[in-house]
Amino acid sequence: MTTTVEPTRSQGPRLGVRGWLRWGWRTLTSMRTALILLLLLALASIPGSVFPQRGTDAAAVAEWINANPQVGPWLDRFGMFDVFAAPWFAAVYLLLIVSLIGCIVPRTADFLRTVRMPPPAAPSRLSRMPAYERTDADPQALDLAEEYLRAKHWRVRRETDSIAAEKGYLQEVGNLLFHLCFIFLLLAVAVGGLFGWSAKVIVVEGRGFTGSLTQFDSFRNGRFVDPDQIAPFSVVLKDFTATFQETGQQAGAPRQFDAKALVRQRPGAPEVEEEFSVNSPLVLPGVKVFLTGHGYAPEIKVTRPDGTVIFDDAVVFLPRDGNLTSSGVVKVPDVEPGFALTGLFLPTATIDPVMGPISTFPAAKDPQLFLGAFTGDVPTGGNVYKLDTSGLERIGTESLRPGQTWTLPDGTDVEFVGYRDFANLSLAHDPGRWLALVAAALVILGVSMSLLLQRRRVWIRMVPGADTVADVAGLSRSGGGRVHEDVREIVTVVHKPQTTEDETWHN
Amino acid sequence: MAQLSNTAVYASMLVYALALFAFAASLAARRVPLASSQKVLVGAAGATDTEPQEADEPGRRSGNIALSLTWLATGLLIVGFVFRGLAAERFPLGNMYEFSLGAAIAVALVYLIAASRTDLRWLGVWVVGAVLLTLGVAVTLLYTESAQLVPALKSWWLVIHVSAAAVSGGAFTLSAGFIGAYLIKQRAEDKGTADKGLAGRLPSAERLDSLAYRTIAFVFPVWTFAVIAGAIWAENAWGRYWGWDPKETWAFITWVIYAGYLHARSTAGWKGRKAAIIGLIGFVAFLINYFGVNFFAEGLHSYSGV
Ligand code: HEM
Repeated sequence: MTTTVEPTRSQGPRLGVRGWLRWGWRTLTSMRTALILLLLLALASIPGSVFPQRGTDAAAVAEWINANPQVGPWLDRFGMFDVFAAPWFAAVYLLLIVSLIGCIVPRTADFLRTVRMPPPAAPSRLSRMPAYERTDADPQALDLAEEYLRAKHWRVRRETDSIAAEKGYLQEVGNLLFHLCFIFLLLAVAVGGLFGWSAKVIVVEGRGFTGSLTQFDSFRNGRFVDPDQIAPFSVVLKDFTATFQETGQQAGAPRQFDAKALVRQRPGAPEVEEEFSVNSPLVLPGVKVFLTGHGYAPEIKVTRPDGTVIFDDAVVFLPRDGNLTSSGVVKVPDVEPGFALTGLFLPTATIDPVMGPISTFPAAKDPQLFLGAFTGDVPTGGNVYKLDTSGLERIGTESLRPGQTWTLPDGTDVEFVGYRDFANLSLAHDPGRWLALVAAALVILGVSMSLLLQRRRVWIRMVPGADTVADVAGLSRSGGGRVHEDVREIVTVVHKPQTTEDETWHN
Repeated sequence: MAQLSNTAVYASMLVYALALFAFAASLAARRVPLASSQKVLVGAAGATDTEPQEADEPGRRSGNIALSLTWLATGLLIVGFVFRGLAAERFPLGNMYEFSLGAAIAVALVYLIAASRTDLRWLGVWVVGAVLLTLGVAVTLLYTESAQLVPALKSWWLVIHVSAAAVSGGAFTLSAGFIGAYLIKQRAEDKGTADKGLAGRLPSAERLDSLAYRTIAFVFPVWTFAVIAGAIWAENAWGRYWGWDPKETWAFITWVIYAGYLHARSTAGWKGRKAAIIGLIGFVAFLINYFGVNFFAEGLHSYSGV
């Protein structure tokens, strides 16, 4: 049986390498492939919303993997926590882009060719068209129709017994513009990714930072960004105010964050005071500074019995809840014996019978600091917001109000001097921003033109043998309904006027 | 003022419920005359655009009553929406409750405007049902006292973004109604039972398909704009215009699926049923974005209140 099949196959046309390539290209750039790639792109995005993503929340990813030690690492191997940077995701959209380019280049060429030519002549069987009417017609029907169509800006092709006309070329322009600018939009995203950088920094009121890597708490740079040459600015956070909803169901919700900063655009430049807030970033050359959150930094002073001050600073405490119950640590490893504090800062303090000390309002109405003191071999380095107490000895706990001092059993004084606000700032430099904005605007324009305009053709032909009967037909590329109206209007124009009707028309 | 707003919202729900009954009665009485469905099949000019309207068509009166009730209810809902904004002294699209009111208004208005141009009384049950469901979820699960906004939400771009999203939601709901009806009618036409049961009360499959396409062709640019306005707002608030947070991801998925629908409609072998199903999946993606993400996913878009 197989032997009988063999010869038939060899008789068929052989594709060869070039044939296969052409076949592959044609398949890749076909509308069906584009459609399937689009659906695949939607499908491939779903895990990105189901699992936590490293790009947005690396801590949540670590937690997820910890909680699911069996599946976690496997999902990680398949890129489920980095969906939008995963090779298989890239494969889908790169294929889509290639398909898109392969599709619009020939279509543009095609369009440019047809736009300079008159529409193709009327097909032979107009009655097959989706919009079709046969009508009694004026003997001058074709002239009337031509005049009417030209006045309405149709492109007209006049033959002896028929007219073909086309309208709505702008739809095609819009469609090409849309697909093209979609590529530019993706390009802009890529430019931002490769040439942009972003950073996060926490700044305590009264302090500042400069545009250098060592000053940032986290930093992400594109492949082509030199981290040593970021930006020469310096910023001092002069003042920060937060206001909160005082009453009602949403009491405690933040209402307004305002920051004042002293800005120097480069070393030696004059210092300028600028205000910024959420949704209204501080704009520096090439960088925008966004205010994204805030918290408190208690000022703590630690004095040994002999009078040496071993610590005196404002310490950033990280908020744990919406009422800014905040926790932080003080580590003084380089004294003998080592000294450390763990603390809770409560802007409006209460002792909850179940949850213990907790804040009930985010503004500092009744601030208190709950401290635990430790001595021993304090670890250096590591997370500045956490203390590993395993090798340490606890020597006491106390709660303090601003100004109060706590004397430990060994005579060390811990003073809660006061507190300051800190601001969470995000810095972003994205050179693709403007390209993205322009491309996005053109995408909207293009897609609106493409979907709201209708490219359509109409034809009128005098029925052979009866010079007062005409066939009028129309076809809309996208199946829109406007072509029916066109046909109806043309029918009214070419309709042989009856005397009675004539009178009413001319009144 | 907030109290007034709530009263108006409840009153509108009552009137919508009456409208729902009237639409159901109208649908039950209605029967598309055989002649008209034949005309459509022949494809006479204009048949796809204007349904012949016989004065004695059963269900016509109750249908018109239902439409009037829907106008009234929507008016009440708009009053509720406006008073909500006056109470909070800001544009009332600041939390999921208010967004739901806005989306319900958008669904109703998009429908009423479309219905004033062509006969859509048969679709009223679906639309008013969706509005009532939205409002029901809003008043029971999403209600939050009127209040000012958290700082990140104070932005005109947000207002524009959310309004466009609400209008899109309205049109997506309408399109899903057309597509669902199309699938029912198309199956009935294939089986030769197009004049029986529910299918007999619906316009022709060809017309339903065209209505669905035109609705989506209208809403796709609006949705594109909504997503881009959201990106501009995100750039202002957080310094990045796109960050793949769950809400953004599902907005993108919804967009891509509807783009798929538009492609499918002009791809051989995908026209008709398959394209319709893609359109329905797009609506599901929109619903997931609207409800699911707010309740189940953590992200920067967690709206105040919910
Ligand atoms: C990046 C992904 C793509 C997106 C988001 C997209 C989106 C769209 C949209 C929204 C439309 C509707 C406009 C209209 O109907 O006039 C459309 C139409 C069209 N697209 Fe795409 N497209 C993509 C890729 C492609 C590719 C790769 C091709 C080439 C095969 C293609 C070919 C077409 C064609 C020929 C039309 C016109 C269809 C018609 O006449 O209705 N598209 N596209």
